[in-house]
Amino acid sequence: MIQINDLHKSYKMGSSSLHVLKGINLSVEDGELVAIMGSSGSGKSTLLNIIGMLDILDTGTYEIDKVLIEDLDETKAAKYRNQFLGFVFQSFNLINYKTALENVSLPLYYQGMKRKERQDKALKYLASVGLADWATHLPSELSGGQKQRVAIARALVSEPKLLLADEPTGALDTQTSYEVMDIIQKINQEGKTILVVTHEEDIAQMCKRIVRLKDGVIIQDTKVNQVLAEQYV
Amino acid sequence: MFSRDRWQEIFETIRKNKLRTFLSGFTVALGILIFIILFGFGNGLKNTFKEFFLDDATNTLFLFAGKTSKPYKGFKSNRRIEFKNDDLKDIKENFPFFLEYITPRISRGASVRYKNEFDNYTTRGIAPDHQYAEKTIIMKGRYINQLDIKKKSKHAVIGRLVARDLFKQEDPVGKFIDIGKSVFKVVGVFQDEGGDNEERFIYIPYTTRQSLEKGNDKVDQIIVAFRPELGHTGAVAFENQLRKFLKAKKSIDPTDPRGIFIRNIVDQLKQNQQFANVLQLIVTFVGLGTLIAGIIGISNIMVFVVKERTKELGIRKALGATPKSVIQMILQESIFITTISGYVGMGVGILILNNMGESLEDYFIKNPYIDMETALFSTMILIIFGGIAGYIPAKRAASIKPIVALRDE
Repeated sequence: MIQINDLHKSYKMGSSSLHVLKGINLSVEDGELVAIMGSSGSGKSTLLNIIGMLDILDTGTYEIDKVLIEDLDETKAAKYRNQFLGFVFQSFNLINYKTALENVSLPLYYQGMKRKERQDKALKYLASVGLADWATHLPSELSGGQKQRVAIARALVSEPKLLLADEPTGALDTQTSYEVMDIIQKINQEGKTILVVTHEEDIAQMCKRIVRLKDGVIIQDTKVNQVLAEQYV
Repeated sequence: MFSRDRWQEIFETIRKNKLRTFLSGFTVALGILIFIILFGFGNGLKNTFKEFFLDDATNTLFLFAGKTSKPYKGFKSNRRIEFKNDDLKDIKENFPFFLEYITPRISRGASVRYKNEFDNYTTRGIAPDHQYAEKTIIMKGRYINQLDIKKKSKHAVIGRLVARDLFKQEDPVGKFIDIGKSVFKVVGVFQDEGGDNEERFIYIPYTTRQSLEKGNDKVDQIIVAFRPELGHTGAVAFENQLRKFLKAKKSIDPTDPRGIFIRNIVDQLKQNQQFANVLQLIVTFVGLGTLIAGIIGISNIMVFVVKERTKELGIRKALGATPKSVIQMILQESIFITTISGYVGMGVGILILNNMGESLEDYFIKNPYIDMETALFSTMILIIFGGIAGYIPAKRAASIKPIVALRDE
């Protein structure tokens, strides 16, 4: 699914430059659930942003679903994002004046799907995260866990190849975190490839593989025995 | 542009962001409203000016005769020149190309009496075309006509103030008044926008005046109107040819500056029009200033709107919105709002101007108005510049990386 070779990324900080990623090699197969861990400043979010095409790499290659991602301008990136990727953010990033249903159907709007069709599909995905009854509510009327579930439904509605979750439980309490992880695990069991950036060990243990980053390099890449979140819910 | 889906998306955004929509719409409407009203006031000022200075017909030459100052062809200098009836005929026959109409004017003061009321007025012996030269407006009855001239009838047309002073509440038409020692029948009452003095004249046929003065054929003044399409240059050429013709006819030295005098209103008119043009310039300047202020207002609102939406645009981009679709969305929305509110502001402005009418006449603003073309054009300009003003921040917002837009504050 993902093939990354010798990826480097640095940021200019005034006159000096900060070398954030120093040669990352990473390969993710279809159907994996990978946790990317690391302390702040380890480069984990930068890596996720590059994978998510929200940022561009300096050197190295990045392939997703056997498509080489290069010469990325904004229009091309937008197309790829819509085609390949679903995002879940720590701060949910729902559009606050749109209802849950409208938020979920927005990616389909940018795919050019007809209004009726996209509403049906969005409702289906909203139902799959257990929020069918909340379809007409605004984000401000939802709890944190509900917001994240709306965000997950929105990330999945475009049927992406890869789901990217940047600290999906970072803003939630433990119980709600497990609920969200339960949903993520279930989606994974249906065959979706998922990358989760987190710094919480218990969340990482709920994935199938942990990649640890430190100072811009991968220091450890292990398969783990997945802890099912279901038992805590 | 016409995709139903995009419109739906825009209407949704508008409906759910009422305050923002109202603010930007209000700025635009206010901008165009103030522009329309100020421009209308400017036009009202111009109306007042026109009324004060441009009352008489502006395509007229006034011909006077005086004494010569040079001897010529055996005549001594200091000879008195006089116009006669045949001068009227000669001018008519020799300048058909230039001439619109011609009328003599013989002014005489006279004591005028009706019953027990009497006063001194100026009478003017004239031909029917004199009505155009003074832009006389008939209130009752009629003006002097060709039949009066031919029959040398003792008919008089009196000014509104003459009628008021002599007749009080009575209807003057058909009544008889004494002018000097003769009895005249009043056939009409007129008014004149030139002011009170103009309404204290009494018009009688010039032939009647001549017959009262021992049947002579002298005329003290000739008023000649040229075709307006001749313009200033044509009028000056006409004036020169006319002077040359009359000097030759009256045997006056062509180099004599005296003898024949021609007052060309066109010169005066030119000055007045220059003043009117300056006024127009000020009006335009004020209008332009307001319009620019309006454009700046819209630009500010647009910058604010885009700034407020940065995060939303970042989310949209993360979900697959292309920069082009982001720009289109913002532009279409802003142009939609500016168009609607622009025309609302224009409508309200025109409505206010129309209802103002005469109420500001004390402040020299008479009948303020704005022509539809200017109103529509300026509204369009505001919309176009509103679009441009929206495009720049929209483009910047569209090129911000979603990662920057999504960064938590």
